[in-house]
Amino acid sequence: MSVNADIVRKIGHLARIKLKEENLAGLADELNVILGFVEQLDEVDVSDVEPMTSVIPATLRTRKDEVTSGGYADKITSNAPLSEDNFFMVPKVVE
Amino acid sequence: MSDLIKLSLADIQKGLKAKKFSASEVTSAYLNEIDAANPKLNAYVSIENEQALSMAKASDEKLAKGEGGALEGVPLGIKDLFATKGAHTQAGSHILDGFKPEYESFITNNLWQDGAVMLGKLNMDEFAMGSSNETSYYGAVINPHRASGSNKDLVPGGSSGGSAAAVSAFLCAGATATDTGGSIRQPAAFTGTVGIKPTYGRCSRWGVVAFASSLDQAGPITRTVEDSALMLASMAGFDRLDSTSVDLAVPDFAAAIERGVKGLRIGVPKEYRMDGMPDEIEKLWQQGLAWLKDEGAIIKDISLPHTKYALPAYYIVAPAEASSNLARYDGVKYGLRVNGDSIDEMYENTRAAGFGAEVQRRVLIGTYVLSAGYYDAYYVKAQKVRTLIKRDFETVFNDGIDAILTPATPSAAFGVNDQEMKADPVKMYLNDIFTVTVNMAGLPAIAVPAGKDNAGLPLGLQLIGKPFDEETLFAAGRVIERSAGLDFTPKKWW
Repeated sequence: MSVNADIVRKIGHLARIKLKEENLAGLADELNVILGFVEQLDEVDVSDVEPMTSVIPATLRTRKDEVTSGGYADKITSNAPLSEDNFFMVPKVVE
Repeated sequence: MSDLIKLSLADIQKGLKAKKFSASEVTSAYLNEIDAANPKLNAYVSIENEQALSMAKASDEKLAKGEGGALEGVPLGIKDLFATKGAHTQAGSHILDGFKPEYESFITNNLWQDGAVMLGKLNMDEFAMGSSNETSYYGAVINPHRASGSNKDLVPGGSSGGSAAAVSAFLCAGATATDTGGSIRQPAAFTGTVGIKPTYGRCSRWGVVAFASSLDQAGPITRTVEDSALMLASMAGFDRLDSTSVDLAVPDFAAAIERGVKGLRIGVPKEYRMDGMPDEIEKLWQQGLAWLKDEGAIIKDISLPHTKYALPAYYIVAPAEASSNLARYDGVKYGLRVNGDSIDEMYENTRAAGFGAEVQRRVLIGTYVLSAGYYDAYYVKAQKVRTLIKRDFETVFNDGIDAILTPATPSAAFGVNDQEMKADPVKMYLNDIFTVTVNMAGLPAIAVPAGKDNAGLPLGLQLIGKPFDEETLFAAGRVIERSAGLDFTPKKWW
């Protein structure tokens, strides 16, 4: 499997990173080197192997469904590039 | 240079308790040294003078009353990946421009509860993605070590390059670091310092900026094995806020360091003998085995057949998780924002300007391998290979192996701006060839300085342990440290 400039442009959009047209071909080459490297995995027979979901044998803990924190919207928005009255401000999304 | 800064963490601890010097004195000594050295080494991205001195003063008040925690008054450097309340926390990235957390990471909170003093935040590869500390928005860190007779700048390794350089150059008594594929152990090996990546789940990830959550684990970089044990004891522990934190008592790691290796079975994996590996690394490895054998360990040849697939599997799993974790940097909640005509354009502009080239590359790879139609072929396959890698280790441990000895890195530190590695990202990735298997299997491993190459540069050996058996690593690591008996103080040129 390999990628070309068109696919890189599409991935860039999926990843929400604006890529410059003149960089697409170079990026495609770089990604192909990495994808070529990971292709070694095709040598491994994984037909009866379960994919790993956790490196340590642990089940996720449960707890009572209760409020344990919150009530500090001012702190949550304190680092926002743009906020007003403890709301995050973004460009208009609905016309 | 003040002699205080050259003391081990353990000796600082003892000297403070015995009132031979004060926390304010040792803190000031480090701050002065940082001021003098940082313009050359670039190990710190933020120096917290005021906070350090006020923490030291508070420690002195406690020490005067005979009170204080295990690390009372000990000055530490903190990797920029750890959230520290009100202080610089940018993961070496431009996209977290100006970010000052409203909260403290679990690990740094533990350290402050035990009385440690924060000197500042340490440089690192951007979002911990790199093996040379050259992907940092704040520029490369320079290794305090140079080849003898050369004035060429070398990298300190990465991603915890600032942590390793600061510890090696006596700019802190010890430093926090993190390891996703080798980011504690490789820089430790390159700088003649000790670095341990504990078992996955031993240290809470809460408040540590996420790179690849199933692989990330924090640990200390220190100048001695004893210091490593002391610092890890404070960092580790159960945390309800990290769902993968393990509810296990933290052993007295320092009590294990002089336990010796008598009767321990040390495995030597044949798959770690790589084509083209320098003779010096092979010699060091044999030397390490001889030291352990001399002290009563039993050396056994073992096989970890899937070793060669760990790195390719890692370069699917880690970028996949990174692309998901880094989705949060969108110009809305914190850090940098670059405006655009629509919200999508704002996201795209912000992330294009805020992420460096290596981070963009990994986010793109991760996005690709997780995208529709490729998920099974890449991500699921890599996670299956990961099961096999872990099974390899389980098999040898079930056969009675107590720990595994390998080289830490395939070479000594290389030059800043290495053109071959620049041209081929995979070449840079190969730095982690001996360390990455451990992250894939969630195991603990320690890198201990064990020798020097022909040019006098430090080389490290790695010990890999059973899950939650860091104590054996400290015991065996101490034997290597003691047997090597070398001074890894860099010759001061800065």
